[in-house]
Amino acid sequence: MPEPAIVTEDIARQFGDFWAVAGVDLEIAAGEIYGFLGPNGAGKSTLVRMLCTLMRPTRGRGLVAGHDVANEPEQVRLRIGVALQDAALDDRQTGRELLDLQGRLYGLRRAERSVRVEQVLRLVDIGSAIDRQIKTYSGGMKRRLDLAAALIHDPDILFLDEPTTGLDPESRAAVWEEVRSLNEQHGTTIFLTTQYLEEADELADRVGIISRGRLVAEGTPDELKRTVGTDVIVARVESLTDTTLQTLRSVPGVDEVVGAHQEVMVHAANGAAVMSPVALALHDAGTTVVSLTLRTPTLDDVFLQLTGSHLQDGAPSDRSERSSEHSEHPDPPAGEDARAPDRGSDKSTKGART
Amino acid sequence: MVSTTNAPTTALRVQARPAGFFVDVASVAQRAIRQIPREPEAVIPALIVPIFFYVLNIGALSKITHQAAGFSFKSFELPVAVVFAVTGVSRASALVTDIQNGYFDRLVITPVRRLPLLLGLMTADLTLVMALAIPVVVVGLALGVRFHAGVLGIILFVVLSGIWGLVFTGLPYAIALKTGNPGAVNASFILFFPITFLSTTFVPKPYLQGWLGTVANYNPMTYILQGLRSLIVGGGGIPGPLQSWNPAYLGQAVLAIAAFGAISLSLALLALRGRVRRS
Repeated sequence: MPEPAIVTEDIARQFGDFWAVAGVDLEIAAGEIYGFLGPNGAGKSTLVRMLCTLMRPTRGRGLVAGHDVANEPEQVRLRIGVALQDAALDDRQTGRELLDLQGRLYGLRRAERSVRVEQVLRLVDIGSAIDRQIKTYSGGMKRRLDLAAALIHDPDILFLDEPTTGLDPESRAAVWEEVRSLNEQHGTTIFLTTQYLEEADELADRVGIISRGRLVAEGTPDELKRTVGTDVIVARVESLTDTTLQTLRSVPGVDEVVGAHQEVMVHAANGAAVMSPVALALHDAGTTVVSLTLRTPTLDDVFLQLTGSHLQDGAPSDRSERSSEHSEHPDPPAGEDARAPDRGSDKSTKGART
Repeated sequence: MVSTTNAPTTALRVQARPAGFFVDVASVAQRAIRQIPREPEAVIPALIVPIFFYVLNIGALSKITHQAAGFSFKSFELPVAVVFAVTGVSRASALVTDIQNGYFDRLVITPVRRLPLLLGLMTADLTLVMALAIPVVVVGLALGVRFHAGVLGIILFVVLSGIWGLVFTGLPYAIALKTGNPGAVNASFILFFPITFLSTTFVPKPYLQGWLGTVANYNPMTYILQGLRSLIVGGGGIPGPLQSWNPAYLGQAVLAIAAFGAISLSLALLALRGRVRRS
């Protein structure tokens, strides 16, 4: 069996009293695209910075390409490419100068650099702008150049920290295509952090969900979605009461009911069959319905079930059945991702369905 | 080693490896030097200001000093103009920009050795301060300043000035690496004033009175100016014995630069170590 590309064992990082990463175990196979999904401040970037040798773990260890990130950082650096959260570029160089310098620092000879620059440019499609100063680039072009810089030395493992945050849909789709192409044609292992559900769903072979510095779930997107049932009925209502939730829970065929603000998620194995009973139950409970839709589960539903919050707005699900389990862990301040670890409590959310 | 594969977009597979210390220094330096003409706003004042004050000072004070002390003020002031040109010119502000926008992290993630990240910038600084010193010297020569030490004296004059400019950069680099704050780096320019003005900047050492004379005795700038002046007029203290290539004056200048450099560069290296420690 080939050696895993990335392994972490209880890796953790503390800032003052806060644990940005509170003990994460991962094993990522060579050639895999692994999506690390979580909201802002969940600890994604801190984990990437530890695995990229920019930051030492407070405890635990990380192995990248078989080398310890704390004790063999030089070996790790030779084998990884990194595109951090904000495109890290020098505006006063041209794209070509930046790529050439990057190649020199990785020990590539002039002929190698020349060929590799052309190759990565074909992959990321910057066109003739490559000879212009980077300050003239759009956000999408900067992001693609950043990706090209991360690839210049043909790394075995690529870390992409929120590669499409802030990009328009067209640029985002272009980056996705480039990531897929890299993985399929080069066999590059890709560790991708994102706060976008679609991104993880679209790209990742497996997804790890991180909340408050801990891995709360892991699996293929389909596996994760199956944990919340097959269908979801989303009811937007004018006001949400406990009576509404109780009434919905009594509808035959309903597996689980989760309320958040003015929205109720009704999980059911056969959504179409319970659509009408759910509508009647809402009417019977005296609830004014704004909209009622049926859809298949998303990773946001998984995240909501596991943490009591939506992924992208971080809104607490104060009417979730699980809200009481998390009330002792208030959201940390921005930039301080997690409270001191109370290890082993996160996965208790499993099986908390109605 | 270059190899070929059959994959459609992977005609060349390459193997990353450490580039070597000197290649690292040259790579970082080349990028920094390339940026200099792209930031004329940072370079042009460093050239114009010292020439402006040089011409202004000698225009205003030449007659007084000549009548009172009997020496050429334009010769006396040329080292000051060159020191003004080369002191405080560095890539420290650009380094802070790199730190703030994440490009420094991109460099640190590569296999580049840590020391060349600083030495490369300093190599660019040395190139720039030499380039700034030369036109100031040319202006001096055009205004009639004559070097008693000859052409070799002019070369040594530029080299000593350049090395002084280089060692001074240790301070702004230390601040840049320690704080990552552009305001703090700009404020480091304040250090320029006591070092350059609490010295024999405008009058010879024998004329410095009271506390200023005492402070000047401990200021390395006094000995640097003395050594540089000795290459022009022979007697670095002016008035004094005219002697080109005065070994005592030149030796004291070199020692002053070395002592200052030992402190400033140590601070910069400590700050670099702190910045890349991965704490």
